[in-house]
Amino acid sequence: MIAFLVKRLFHALLVMFVISLIAFAIQENLGDPIQQMVGQSVPESEREALREELGLNDPFFVQYLRFAGNAAQLDFGYSYNFNQPTMEVIARHLPATLELVAAATFLIVFLSVPIGVYSAIKPRAWLSRFFMGVSIVGISIPVFLTAIVLIQLFAIGVSWTPFPADTGWGSWLNGVITTDGGMPAYGRGNPVPVFGTWTTNFATLEGLTYLVLPAISLASIMLPLFIRLIRAEMLEVLQSDYVKFARAKGIPLRRIYFLHALKNTMLPVITVGGVQIGTLVAYTILTETVFQWPGMGLMFLDAIERSDIPLIVAYLMIVGLIFVITNTLVDLIYGLVNPTVKLTGRPA
Amino acid sequence: MTTSTTVPRAGRWERLRDSYLLYSFKRDLVAQLSLLIFIAMVAVAILAPWLAPMNPYDLAQIDIMASEMPPFWMAGSDDAYLLGTDAQGRDLLSTILYGARVSLIIGFGAVALQAALGICFGLLAGYLGGRIDAFLMRLADIQLSFSTLMVAIVVGALVKAIFGSSTFSAYAVPLLVLIIGLAEWPQYARTVRASVLAEKGKEYVDAARTMGLPSRRIMFRHILPNTLSPIFVISTVQVANAIISEAALSFLGLGMPETHPSLGSLIKSGFDYLQSGSWWITLIPGAVLVALVLVINLLGDWLRDVLNPRLYKG
Repeated sequence: MIAFLVKRLFHALLVMFVISLIAFAIQENLGDPIQQMVGQSVPESEREALREELGLNDPFFVQYLRFAGNAAQLDFGYSYNFNQPTMEVIARHLPATLELVAAATFLIVFLSVPIGVYSAIKPRAWLSRFFMGVSIVGISIPVFLTAIVLIQLFAIGVSWTPFPADTGWGSWLNGVITTDGGMPAYGRGNPVPVFGTWTTNFATLEGLTYLVLPAISLASIMLPLFIRLIRAEMLEVLQSDYVKFARAKGIPLRRIYFLHALKNTMLPVITVGGVQIGTLVAYTILTETVFQWPGMGLMFLDAIERSDIPLIVAYLMIVGLIFVITNTLVDLIYGLVNPTVKLTGRPA
Repeated sequence: MTTSTTVPRAGRWERLRDSYLLYSFKRDLVAQLSLLIFIAMVAVAILAPWLAPMNPYDLAQIDIMASEMPPFWMAGSDDAYLLGTDAQGRDLLSTILYGARVSLIIGFGAVALQAALGICFGLLAGYLGGRIDAFLMRLADIQLSFSTLMVAIVVGALVKAIFGSSTFSAYAVPLLVLIIGLAEWPQYARTVRASVLAEKGKEYVDAARTMGLPSRRIMFRHILPNTLSPIFVISTVQVANAIISEAALSFLGLGMPETHPSLGSLIKSGFDYLQSGSWWITLIPGAVLVALVLVINLLGDWLRDVLNPRLYKG
């Protein structure tokens, strides 16, 4: 166990090293701090002196060590745009993104498990076929389009069906799919401060209404994947000998499905799922753009737009860290819950 | 010694006619419909310059006075613009046809690049093993753990920062092919490597090796043909993924410029007008994008069921 832990931690450190090299290379090649610090009129000789003073003429290796040392203390310098330490800017935007991911994860877990299990238990029922059909359509819709359609349907509320609104079922259809005023479509509303820079949308009903549409859009991209995965794994497990034996013993079906089979279904779901929850962070960039949700993704795009190099570097490092931590945790949890995994001599 | 066949075999057409692939295709209505729609969409996209009512790239044909016209079934529409016009007064139908062409070119180009990289790396990793294998697979692991979309967004942002917006716009198509191709090769590499590991131990590979054939020949001429079916299956899914990735990048402003739009940048340009009620600029290209990706995914599903290779999950 210890050996496995050490190996995983070493792997995680290696990945962080690679990410820091990439981030450092970006900082080296794209950002010239001198140009940002001084005005047009400052002569070249003074620029050179400042460069020497800041250690920008040091060898690559020395500069990298300094960068890594600062990074280990979460110090990535000042954001050009906000004129604040980058970590403060990120700390301000992080809660919005984490809450969005948490809400989406909640939706995914509580919808995909029952739907996946149901369509595995009754693979030929029309409802199962319907879920499978919807899920393949769902996979084919890009997350930003889901978000746009949701805004159009529930937030803007303009009649847009091809049927004229004054005829019988045209008006009915328009009434069903549009709500006047409806859901708020932009921003976070007025999140309630919890402590420090952390503000939450979960505290008030009004805050939750702001969260609903972004969370549904973000969940929609992963939900079909999880439903299909759980269904496939469950179908496989239901074919296994121990399930047949349990059935022959006369154990109630409900108990077999939800106690015996579901446990082994969830094993592969944990690995794939854990990694996918991490990738939700990538999709937040798209969701936040559509909903103008003031999280890290929107901040990152804004930083790119303004060439705010320190903020870009800090974002890459922090998101890299989040990915590495989730992946390492998922591996460890999988190793712990799956007794068939040999923790020490795992094949690569 | 160019031909290695000594046993006379049936011709390609006879083999196709008797194959299980064609047999199951004839019995699957969804697959037939999907292929039909897919071919129709590709054909229409290729023939866009001849089919489209106007050329959206030609500024002389654009009438700014005719901007934001609704599609034909709504009040205030103009017969000249079947699906209405966008905010710049471009005929939406023509722009969608040209946009689908751009999306398909980037999709197929990116998959060709991914396949070339992934097949080479997968063969090398699987056949040679050892350090090369460990290095390449670790690289693939790292890249996959970040999700291909994240890698594409970051690489796209950096490329744009390095080249500047105007250069990026001018070379957007090859750059996007490069970005998406580089972001998604690990999928291929893993699939190919897994098949190569399964094939490596078989007698025909041993035989080829004892004959003294060079490794490169064994890899590409002997093992590769036997790993083709999983490659076909992931290729369909990857084309769909690449088209979605391109649309996502364009939507974020890291892709095709609005003067030369793909489906993604059309959706982006229309999104700004959603609040003013001009939903069609965004949602009609969106529907076309979904239809295109959906039929490719349906074909991929069917192909996977027929060929049923052991696929890497996720």
